[in-house]
Amino acid sequence: MAGATLALLPLAGLPAFYESFLYLVFHWVVLATSWNILSGYSGYFSFGHGAFFGAGVYTTATLAGRFDVPFLWTLPAAAAIPALLGVAIGAIVFRVRRVRGELFALLTLAVTFVLATIVLNTRIDGGPGVYLSAVPVPTLAPSPSGTFYVMALALATLTVAIAYRVRKARLGTGLFAIHDDEDAAEVVGVPTYRYKLAALGLSCALAGTAGGVHALFVSYVTAPSTFNITVPLTVVLMSVLGGTRHWAGPALGALVITVLLYAFTAADQAVAGKAFVGAVLVAAVLFMPEGILRRAALRADRASAVAAPAEEPPAAGAPLARKGGAEPLLVLRGVRKSFRGVRALDGVDLEVREGEILGMLGPNGSGKSTLINVVSGHYEADDGSLRFAGSELRGLPAHRIARGGVARTYQIPRPFAHLTVLDNVALAAMFGGARLDRRAARAQAQRWLEFAGLGERAHVHPGELNLHQTKFLELARALASRPRLLLLDEVLSGLTPGEIDEAVALIRRIRDRDTTIVLVEHVMRVVTELSDRVVVLDQGRVLAVGAAAEVMRRREVINAYLGSPRA
Amino acid sequence: MTLPSATLLAQSALSGLFIGALYGLLGLGLGLSWGLLHLINLAHFAFAFLAAYVCYQLATVGGVDPFLTLAIIVPSFFALGVVVQWLLARFEVSPLNSLLATFGLTAIVEATIQHFWTADFRKLDSAYAQMKFRVGELFVPVPELLTFLLAVGLSLAIWAVMRYTDTGRALRAAAEDGPIAEAFGVNRRAHSLLLAGVCAALAGVAGVCLALSFTLTPAQIYGWVGVVFAAVMLGGLGSALGPLAAGIIIGVSEALAMAVASPSWAPIVSFTLLIAILLLRPGKP
Repeated sequence: MAGATLALLPLAGLPAFYESFLYLVFHWVVLATSWNILSGYSGYFSFGHGAFFGAGVYTTATLAGRFDVPFLWTLPAAAAIPALLGVAIGAIVFRVRRVRGELFALLTLAVTFVLATIVLNTRIDGGPGVYLSAVPVPTLAPSPSGTFYVMALALATLTVAIAYRVRKARLGTGLFAIHDDEDAAEVVGVPTYRYKLAALGLSCALAGTAGGVHALFVSYVTAPSTFNITVPLTVVLMSVLGGTRHWAGPALGALVITVLLYAFTAADQAVAGKAFVGAVLVAAVLFMPEGILRRAALRADRASAVAAPAEEPPAAGAPLARKGGAEPLLVLRGVRKSFRGVRALDGVDLEVREGEILGMLGPNGSGKSTLINVVSGHYEADDGSLRFAGSELRGLPAHRIARGGVARTYQIPRPFAHLTVLDNVALAAMFGGARLDRRAARAQAQRWLEFAGLGERAHVHPGELNLHQTKFLELARALASRPRLLLLDEVLSGLTPGEIDEAVALIRRIRDRDTTIVLVEHVMRVVTELSDRVVVLDQGRVLAVGAAAEVMRRREVINAYLGSPRA
Repeated sequence: MTLPSATLLAQSALSGLFIGALYGLLGLGLGLSWGLLHLINLAHFAFAFLAAYVCYQLATVGGVDPFLTLAIIVPSFFALGVVVQWLLARFEVSPLNSLLATFGLTAIVEATIQHFWTADFRKLDSAYAQMKFRVGELFVPVPELLTFLLAVGLSLAIWAVMRYTDTGRALRAAAEDGPIAEAFGVNRRAHSLLLAGVCAALAGVAGVCLALSFTLTPAQIYGWVGVVFAAVMLGGLGSALGPLAAGIIIGVSEALAMAVASPSWAPIVSFTLLIAILLLRPGKP
């Protein structure tokens, strides 16, 4: 209804001025919302939005201004070229794990200046700028200003709709998980690299299209007015002000800022306006760092989190054909991993049998955690082979290993801080081995939470849980991906004796659902009580394997723990 | 393309050395606050320009020697830095949000400058402006030489303080792990305020150097952001000598690129260097 009224506005015969003003509002809605799809959702703040916007501007300027391509036909190219550029840059940048946060922001800023220099020094512009005054404006409304208004309205509607769809889709859930903890997201099965590329491509395509339209709107484009720091900073300001965690936040921010800026320009107070916008930004960061729509975003989280009731007890893990069968589930052969010359794993040979609980012991620095990190794909082994259920894991990204049926917990719990407890678990059900859709994943998640004794706490955020509950949340999250192999990295450390008993009972129940478990633990009582076999690591090698009571009596094991008598 | 003469190349390298020293001087305060306070202070550039305009005003209207204005600029900018840091610490602003908040601050300072001095170009005419002397075939302008000496002197002084004094050690410890440093008796709050004040005072000194050699206009605040960030990233966050060395490398390569190709290609040198370093530098996985 409101949409139809807006679309018919040009027929009302308003002065061109109003249409141009509304054009600018929608123009910034598109830029801010498209920026937010990558940067707001995933937390990779890009300061290079001006580069992708500018690539769109110059695509249209070149095609329409030099080669006389009809304007509307240039728009697909104005979307495609920035998208390709963005994906190409992302394909390089996202491969470097170090490039996160501030590094990504600066890198994208640098891209803007490099692109500007290239445009300025080649025939794309060459210095004097490109005139588009001879390019005919298509007739989509009675007046040219009406046409621009209609185009910007259509593009803004499309962009906000895409932002909404992404937020509600698997992609959005994955991007939010990346925002909170990228490594943990990868480990529960989110294809982080691909998702970041997709979001960047989408974001660039929309910004580029806005650039294409804007080129004709201003009808004379120059490199300094296109590739400057204003575009990226304005869109960041708008999104942060409106709220980056809500699909409508950037649009709201764009509306507020454009109106404010206009009010000052109209009153001939452009300088005061600049200072005022600066003050708004400072105040927004200090007093509401999560934006105007923070509460709305939280409410949306909780509302959609009221999931299906738990009708049936949690289903068992994947049925096993050969319990305790001939072939081990996981076989490691000669696995090595070094960090700058320190050999953390120095040729590990190990078998994990289907259905067993294998306790892993060893002094600090013996390589236990590294071994878990290598099996779960966080680190790639330098050498050796890791065969899981008959296929090689080495070289696979962590999310593929997770989908293949390996789950892990972290020694220091790493829940996704901005997702509810329920969504933390649902995420694993969506992206792990089970691959459920969101609704089914939530229903499953509720059951796993009850299984772990956290049913009452489903709708709070992880920050409100105590250590013991956070550890059980980690367990529930690992279980929700329906793993065949569960790697538990010191789940019991820091728990009271009573809580340890509870955890031991829980681990027993997990095994009874036919999940194989590797248990890294320092609490000796628990290891001997739970484990079918134990393996002792020392200095990156397997020192001993066998039944707990027998292994702990061996001379070399005692030496590794207590020091050799000669030393 | 013909290669320019050896003299021209040497003269270009020399001017690159001088502008590189200014990159380093601007980057010194920026990098210290980023590395040790975890505060990405975009307003550092605005402060430098504000100082440049204050110096211009005092020298042109008041007839004060530009270097004497440091006696006013250094303490007042120290105070300004302390106030900003107090505010940001009070609200526990994250590094990324500090970037946003100080961008807002930059806009406020820019508008203030524009209000008092308009957007027109301003050039400080001091006794130093025309001074230069000849070394062999090369001309050495005095303002640039003084900038260079100030940049080197201040970088070395900060380096020595960070390395050899208890204050320096406390600052480095607090940057590594704040709560632990506090547990060992480091007064983190006081040290942060001190360092933020020093960084802003360094921006003030850089501003005086800017006023000596460059024509001023408010919009130029943003012109320095990219290249100085490049110098800081290249030189290492929190390092005292790194930004100077990196600034000189960037300055000289830019100047040579300008002499060999065309001046308009210069920006590509620093940013390509920055991108390459960010992507290829070995670091934590």
